[in-house]
Amino acid sequence: MAKKKELHIIVTVKQVPDTHEVRIDPKTNSLIREGVPSIVNPEDRNAVEEALSLREKHGGTVTVITMGPPQAEEALTEVLAMGVDRAVLLTDRAFAGADTLVTAFTLSQAIRKLEPCQLILCGRQAIDGDTAQVGPQLAGFLNLPQVTYAAGLTLKDNALTVERSLEDCIEKVRVNLPALVTVTAEINQPRYPSLFNVQDACGGKQLTIWRAKDLPVPHEMLGLSASPTWVKKIFAPEQGKKGTVIPGSEKEMVKILLEKLKELNFIQ
Amino acid sequence: MDFELTKQQKLSRHIAREFAQKELEPYAQDWDEKMEFPAEAIRKLAGLGFMGISIPKEYGGAGLDSISYTLIIEELAKACASSAIIVAVHNSVCAYPIHLLGTEEQKQKYLIPLAQGRKLGAFALTEPNAGSDPASLETTAEQRGKHYLLNGTKIFITSGSTSDIVIVMASTDRSKRGRGITSFIVEKGFKGFSVGKKEEKLGIRASDTCELIFENCAVPEENVLGNPGEGLTSALTTLDTGRIGVAAQALGVAQGAMEESIKYCNERKQFGKPLADFQAIQWMIADMATEIAAARMLVHRAAWLKDQGKPFSIESSMAKLYASEVALRTATKAVQIHGGYGCMKDYKVERYFRDAKVIEIYEGTSEIQRLIIARNTLRKGSS
Repeated sequence: MAKKKELHIIVTVKQVPDTHEVRIDPKTNSLIREGVPSIVNPEDRNAVEEALSLREKHGGTVTVITMGPPQAEEALTEVLAMGVDRAVLLTDRAFAGADTLVTAFTLSQAIRKLEPCQLILCGRQAIDGDTAQVGPQLAGFLNLPQVTYAAGLTLKDNALTVERSLEDCIEKVRVNLPALVTVTAEINQPRYPSLFNVQDACGGKQLTIWRAKDLPVPHEMLGLSASPTWVKKIFAPEQGKKGTVIPGSEKEMVKILLEKLKELNFIQ
Repeated sequence: MDFELTKQQKLSRHIAREFAQKELEPYAQDWDEKMEFPAEAIRKLAGLGFMGISIPKEYGGAGLDSISYTLIIEELAKACASSAIIVAVHNSVCAYPIHLLGTEEQKQKYLIPLAQGRKLGAFALTEPNAGSDPASLETTAEQRGKHYLLNGTKIFITSGSTSDIVIVMASTDRSKRGRGITSFIVEKGFKGFSVGKKEEKLGIRASDTCELIFENCAVPEENVLGNPGEGLTSALTTLDTGRIGVAAQALGVAQGAMEESIKYCNERKQFGKPLADFQAIQWMIADMATEIAAARMLVHRAAWLKDQGKPFSIESSMAKLYASEVALRTATKAVQIHGGYGCMKDYKVERYFRDAKVIEIYEGTSEIQRLIIARNTLRKGSS
């Protein structure tokens, strides 16, 4: 009987500015990045956590991959300290300025170079761009079935049962592996990185760095020049209308509120 | 000379900062108020390697360097100085001396569970009549066959009631004073060992400070730590390391007090402009920032010397002296900047202020640090 294939899970992560701290320079319309800490995109940490708990239940290995500037290595050492087995950093000036499509394409090329995996987990979306596109595009490039917005998943007999968190319902779907799943923050509570793992995470043995020349792709298919979309302008959203404070006793406030809601056709 | 932190040091600080912000800071005020030991947080810290920061991996620790250790303690202290001292005492004056002086059997039996955080450690030197002058301690240890019988009382012992393993200094030959003192590893369950009064304190209130009582407490001779009669020397070496941790704790309190002040003076408006626009406030912030930066250099230098295997006793005294006094000066200014609000328990600076005063006193008062530094400097003729 053939030996059961060991579970290999790949997780994509992105280093993002902590958007709680981001401000926009009104004169230049550009992000003020100075002094803004970089963090691992929150939902990517959920994806890492899910991969680690699947590994704890079913065995196997977890590889994390990111594309970004050299300092994105910090994000990788952080997830290595959470306990992942290996991390791959794609960094090269040739990758710079890639939109979501070219990012997904580049990631797909790197993933093809890694050992075959049964599952790719991605965070639903990054807090800097909020596009939620890279996961689905990556599934497209790799010809994998995809399930988005996962708020829960169980693995049994080489198939995943995924609970999708949709606007007005939870949808339960089953998908055979290999597959790609994007997860939401509801799926789990990510573990903290551990001091026990710091030595190994920073030791360099678990980290692989790939440049553009390491991928079987001509430079014209990478970065800004290959991207069909680009950022024209960044601006701060206009301040929304100010709220209204309803005065009076509790009864009076409820009465006024109900009238307002009727007036706006929110209730009958 | 390189002032850049290594990857390992940056990651250690990041891990400690995230944990402290999420798991300590929101509860610190409440623990302080109720004098509640943060048991659940300490359990979580143990699971993440915080109880064996610089202990090698083969003995269950995280194997990190001393600068990482100071960065970690600083981050914990910024959120909760009590949690920071529980971790620092456990690491630096209980686990570390066992690592430094313990036999292989002692390391297997005590160091591994300490480093893994399954047991909590404490250190007992101070007595009612032996504070800054530890050579005059009165607790005795008399050898009876394969045991020593300990008799006496220790006071002001950090984690006294919550710890499982205590390093206890006792005199095996009172006629020799300092040269007749021996260190023992004592387990909480040993017969004749009990916890006395739990002190109610000004600051660092979530960490328990207790009296320990030894009444014919039988300690097996294999629990002698280091050589008999060398207990005071080893205690003083241990305290050199302990001071680095306390200095890092002081830095955390100072940094926290400054950050709260910056936030407050940007938000609070008087006479139509933020407090930050007034030069009187700006000068206070400038002094805070400068003194904290200087203190941090001293702390990191002491830790660096320790990692290089060079003498660091004087440097750790300088770090502890300066950082603890900077903590109190910074916290005092922070309360001043906050005005009336600074005196209220709703504001963190009130706690920082009380905690900083305690830090100036324990692990060797400012006066003892000056004594150590002066003696050494006068002997050498230069700094």
